[in-house]
Amino acid sequence: MPKISFVDAINLAISHSMRKDKKMICYGLGATDPKSIFGTTKFLEKDFGKKRIFDVPTSENALTGVSIGLALNGIRSVVSHQRLDFFLLAFDQLINSAAKWYYMFGAKKPVPITIRLIIGRGWGQGPTHSQSLQSIFAHIPGLKVVMPSSPQNAYYLLKDSIFDPNPVVFLEHRWLHNLKSNVSYKKSNKLSGSKVVKKGKDLTIITMSWAVHDVLDVSKRLNKEGIDIEVIDLSVIKPIFWKNIFASIKKTGRLLVIDTGAYTGSISSEIISEISINYSSRLKTPPIKIAMPDFPEPTSYGLTKNFYFDKLEIIKNIKKILKIKKTLQIEKNIKLPTHHDVPGEWFTGPF
Amino acid sequence: MNNKTLLSMYKKMQFFRIVEETIAARYHENKMRCPVHLAIGQEAISAAFSQVAQKGDYVMSSHRAHLHYLAKGGSLNSMISELYGKENGCSLGKGGSMHLIDLKVNFMGSTAIVGNTIPISAGIAMASKIKKEKSMTFVFFGDGAIEEGVFYETVNFAIVKELPIVFVCENNFYSVYSPLKPRQPKDRKIFKMVEAMGIKSFKADGNQIKKCYRTFSDAKKYVDSKKKPVFLEFETYRHLEHCGPNNDDNLNYRGSKEILRWKKKDPIINFEKELIKKKLLNKKKIYLEKNKIKKIVNTAFFKAEKSSFPNQKEAYRNLYA
Ligand SMILES: Cc1ncc(C[n+]2csc(CCOP(=O)(O)OP(=O)(O)O)c2C)c(N)n1
Ligand SMILES: [Mg+2]
Repeated sequence: MPKISFVDAINLAISHSMRKDKKMICYGLGATDPKSIFGTTKFLEKDFGKKRIFDVPTSENALTGVSIGLALNGIRSVVSHQRLDFFLLAFDQLINSAAKWYYMFGAKKPVPITIRLIIGRGWGQGPTHSQSLQSIFAHIPGLKVVMPSSPQNAYYLLKDSIFDPNPVVFLEHRWLHNLKSNVSYKKSNKLSGSKVVKKGKDLTIITMSWAVHDVLDVSKRLNKEGIDIEVIDLSVIKPIFWKNIFASIKKTGRLLVIDTGAYTGSISSEIISEISINYSSRLKTPPIKIAMPDFPEPTSYGLTKNFYFDKLEIIKNIKKILKIKKTLQIEKNIKLPTHHDVPGEWFTGPF
Repeated sequence: MNNKTLLSMYKKMQFFRIVEETIAARYHENKMRCPVHLAIGQEAISAAFSQVAQKGDYVMSSHRAHLHYLAKGGSLNSMISELYGKENGCSLGKGGSMHLIDLKVNFMGSTAIVGNTIPISAGIAMASKIKKEKSMTFVFFGDGAIEEGVFYETVNFAIVKELPIVFVCENNFYSVYSPLKPRQPKDRKIFKMVEAMGIKSFKADGNQIKKCYRTFSDAKKYVDSKKKPVFLEFETYRHLEHCGPNNDDNLNYRGSKEILRWKKKDPIINFEKELIKKKLLNKKKIYLEKNKIKKIVNTAFFKAEKSSFPNQKEAYRNLYA
């Protein structure tokens, strides 16, 4: 298994899909420019030619409609946007057409399109370059919503999204881009989510995207202190794959949901609601939700300092739900990043 | 144009460039932690505008807004503090470089989503009309914004409603790294296309400040007398990368000949030569003027750096009015 970056995994998933479906096309602002959407579309022009991958005008709504039309006439497409926020201009085509087409016309024509949206964070991305709106997309019947967290699942989830017969909104967190791990190039399957990424019996943590890494790190280290956490990486936000979630709750009886979106009306609210309706008798303690504040992300370094939850916040809530009073080893040893607004030294802005 | 106007336009351009160059030079200190879109090379348009705009006129802009804000008289100190994310920033540190505002001078806001402020400006113009104000609204955007549906929807509406608005397109031939070729038809004249919608349109070389000045003056007169909207296209060129402090000519998305051609058309250098010939300027005067500006700019940076970050609680305030 080769060790590759998240960016390369996205790139290969597109490339392998274009090889598999000889008619498939790929476009987006900057798709063939020297930076090739943070490297995710590099080499594709060389490999597939200008007819199958191209740069486009700044016309998000129209180009979403175009992808629907392409799909209706037999051409699959992947459309990429460097920020989720830019795509908000396309809500008409996405919600009124793409999401409903198959249903509204009596199951005549599916709309297989994949819309890649990159979520920014930190370095003053601010109110209109950092929105994590997965719950808005998930609210729309007819859309599928995917959030990968690693090179491996980015690879297969993107392929599964591309070959899914429905419109898929594929949300990539910018901070994941430089992560590297071993990836096996699996064949595409039916899109599915809620993977148990760490087994445990004391507490179920359900999370997504960038947050998976903080949760996994904390959970693995807590094993040494006798705390055994099960971690579920949601990865497909809509439809939610409940089976693993329910099974985990039956086992642990405790639920902590950690969400990268705003607190109110979030996917985490949905999960907690569903568990309360169906499994409240199994819960040993009330569930806890960690999510982003119900405020836009401010730009200033000073204002974002505690805006995002960090590992300490996660540990605090784990202790709360497990009713642990004593100071844990991990709290003494935890290393928080020097700058809260970057994923690592490699990131120095501006975008 | 009298000598006073010529000189003050020159000084404005120098001021703009020194501000942007100082941002570029100090960005690497990693203290201005937000995306910045500098307008080095495009100064003539804003400098000319600064001479024509009246106090009561309204202005809005896009991501590349520093010069439009300063041209309308927006506070330099508040802008630099905003870039540093400080509590005395013009948006209290919430917005950064891409969200500038100074209501004292009717700079109503600049935003980061392409095309976003175009219809908002039409609303501001409509309100001035309803309130029978004498003022008009100027909205600045790039060639990329012409590709958004909302641009056409707004121009159409402004024509129908006869709004006192001036649409100002700074065509620098690029949207990020993308040239016009994959985005718009070859040989399109943006101002001609827009004119065909039924709006008075002007085009000028955006690197020749006297032409920019005349164009803004004509536009202003037209809106004043005819009570109808106007569209302006200025051709110009940015010297640095799309976003950030560096030169990115190494990426080769712009041909070296093209870059050279435009560097020769540097709006400041050429105008400076002209004013030297006219004896309005000499080496010493230039030196003194630049020094004066540098002092002002450095003070703004010094103050911004010294200022405090907002209290973290401010992040959770002022969501609703
Ligand atoms: C709706 C939307 N799409 C894409 C972007 C990304 N973006 C930011 S600036 C920019 C360039 C726009 O080009 P132009 O309007 O010509 O302005 P310039 O940068 O050249 O001044 C783009 C595409 C955005 N901010 N908003
Ligand atoms: Mg441009």
